Amino acid sequence: MSISFTAEELRKIDELKSRYPDSKAAIMPVLWMAQHKWGWLSEDVMRHVGDVMNLPYAHVKGVATFYTMYFKKPMGRHHVQVCTNVSCMLRGGEKLLDHVTQRLGIGNNEATADGLFSIEEVECMGACGGAPMIAINETFYENATIEELDRLLSAASVS
Amino acid sequence: MYTAPHLVLPKVDNLRDINVYMANGGYEQYKKAIRMTSDEVIDTVKRSGLRGRGGACFPTGLKWSFMPKGNDKPKYLAINGDESEPGSFKDRQIFEYNPHQLIEGIMIAGYAMGIAKAFIYIRGEYHAWVSMMEKAVQEAYDKGVIGERMKTTFGGDYAIDIVVHKGAGAYICGEETSLMNSLEGDRAYPRFKPPFPANKGLWGMPTTINNVETIATVPAIFAIGAEAYASIGAPGHTGTILFGISGHVNKPQVIELPTGTPLTEIIYDHCGGVPGGKRIKAIIPGGSSMPPLRGDEIDGVLMDEESLKKLGTHIGTAGIMVMDEDTDIVKVTLRIARFYHHESCGQCTPCREGCGWMEKVLHRLDHGEATSSDIDLLYNVASNIEGNTICALGDAAAWPVKGFIEKFRDEFEARCKPERSFISLNVVHGRRNTASTLVSTTV
Ligand SMILES: Cc1cc2nc3c(=O)[nH]c(=O)nc-3n(C[C@H](O)[C@H](O)[C@H](O)COP(=O)(O)O)c2cc1C
Ligand code: SF4
Ligand code: FES
Repeated sequence: MSISFTAEELRKIDELKSRYPDSKAAIMPVLWMAQHKWGWLSEDVMRHVGDVMNLPYAHVKGVATFYTMYFKKPMGRHHVQVCTNVSCMLRGGEKLLDHVTQRLGIGNNEATADGLFSIEEVECMGACGGAPMIAINETFYENATIEELDRLLSAASVS
Repeated sequence: MYTAPHLVLPKVDNLRDINVYMANGGYEQYKKAIRMTSDEVIDTVKRSGLRGRGGACFPTGLKWSFMPKGNDKPKYLAINGDESEPGSFKDRQIFEYNPHQLIEGIMIAGYAMGIAKAFIYIRGEYHAWVSMMEKAVQEAYDKGVIGERMKTTFGGDYAIDIVVHKGAGAYICGEETSLMNSLEGDRAYPRFKPPFPANKGLWGMPTTINNVETIATVPAIFAIGAEAYASIGAPGHTGTILFGISGHVNKPQVIELPTGTPLTEIIYDHCGGVPGGKRIKAIIPGGSSMPPLRGDEIDGVLMDEESLKKLGTHIGTAGIMVMDEDTDIVKVTLRIARFYHHESCGQCTPCREGCGWMEKVLHRLDHGEATSSDIDLLYNVASNIEGNTICALGDAAAWPVKGFIEKFRDEFEARCKPERSFISLNVVHGRRNTASTLVSTTV
């Protein structure tokens, strides 16, 4: 598979660059675009981002590795994030994490062999009022229970 | 729409819709502001007594007055919506329920400081809320209330552009100089101060960084008047503030109340008390970096910066975490230390090494493997981080550890093994591992 943005995506990237006084600032939105498109940031993807951004690969890699939300390895199609920070911990966040790791048979920051799921123990997600919370990809589920988690995982495994 | 205490989150349905916002007097405060000179606008904010809601409580009007006058170079406004301090979830409410008041606040702030470009930096995890804010900004462009067209809409020759910027997961980006590096497209390492952002900020230009709630408060000040605003809440820390209450309460929530509201009123009257009618062991008043209070000292505590400062803690982000009598304090302290260790950017040795040490010692304490002298060691490590680092993450890591030890020393002691035990020699001998068990436990 050759890695390259489409012409339309490149136009979007130009628009992103124009939002900032210096085009380098568009690197974060462009990395987001790349991750949405290719699922994770492989070396090839980061090199391509460097090319379209006119930035050295080392810079792209430095930025990508600084942030936890940019995936440096393939993650599951359903990325399950469980918060165990204080407010969630006080309301059962760790039990949710134990449950999902047992059910899926994988550890933190790992993906299932079929590529369907991955798990990440996350820090406070800014949803403490709905603790314990989990997120699957970009969707938050607050006041989460083991039953709801099971229901979500079952629904996801057939989708 | 502005009736105290609902100034930042007024009780109006569907206020996120620009038409509803305008039908309720939205974007009228900007009109008021541009009839004043920029100095008068800054003076109004000063007289209101508004202090920053991002954690440090810095007087907002004073911060604005540090910006150089004149338009010979570009100046920038960065809105801090990183909201990553554990226990904080209030700026999210503004993105969701009142984004246009934030935009109007940006217009007023921008006019006051002569800024033509603002960035709203929102933490990456807030995907849905980034979209909400982007939608609101687009609506504002479409209606001609921001961008070039605002000149014709409102008259005058002032205009501001707004860009929403999405983070990607790193607590440190909430620190203002780190946020600037992140926005510029570099790794988000905090910068040394000085130079201060007002002189040399984004792209080397004068920059003001304010929290989301701070800026969303500004239109309300113009609506009710600086003096009226200053008369709300505690005299040294005026106005209304968004409290986010989480942990062991029946109704966790974000609620806007006057500063200086009694803590017990918040917990028992607004949040329905503690589940099971249990007693409170500890509370953290303003996000996990603020020193805790013991349950037996919360009676009469008023929730404003000056009152809390007298008790050795701070209002921070006003994220109140409540812990009931069954809470394991050592575990909570360990969890907090683990967070700051994970989030340390590693630039300064005291922070990088100290946070690692604190986590290790707390881990041993949690597992009953530490002795009483380790508690002193832990306290010393924390003291050595404090004040010796580039940014305040070091302090943020040290304060809760010191605070929990000071307030709950007995709980830490109870987890220690005896200082020295001669019997243990025999135990070691009796349990000497064979080569095979050693191998299986070390791989
Ligand atoms: C480690 C660290 C994290 C911070 N995180 C945030 C944050 O998420 N949001 C925020 O508004 N301020 C945060 N701050 C405070 C900012 O540096 C800055 O003081 C604030 O945004 C200024 O806005 P204000 O004057 O309106 O409060 C953080 C500070 C530190 C040291
Ligand atoms: S105090 Fe910690 S987080 Fe802040 S710059 Fe130093 S190492 Fe980085
Ligand atoms: S502690 Fe879990 S969302 Fe804040």
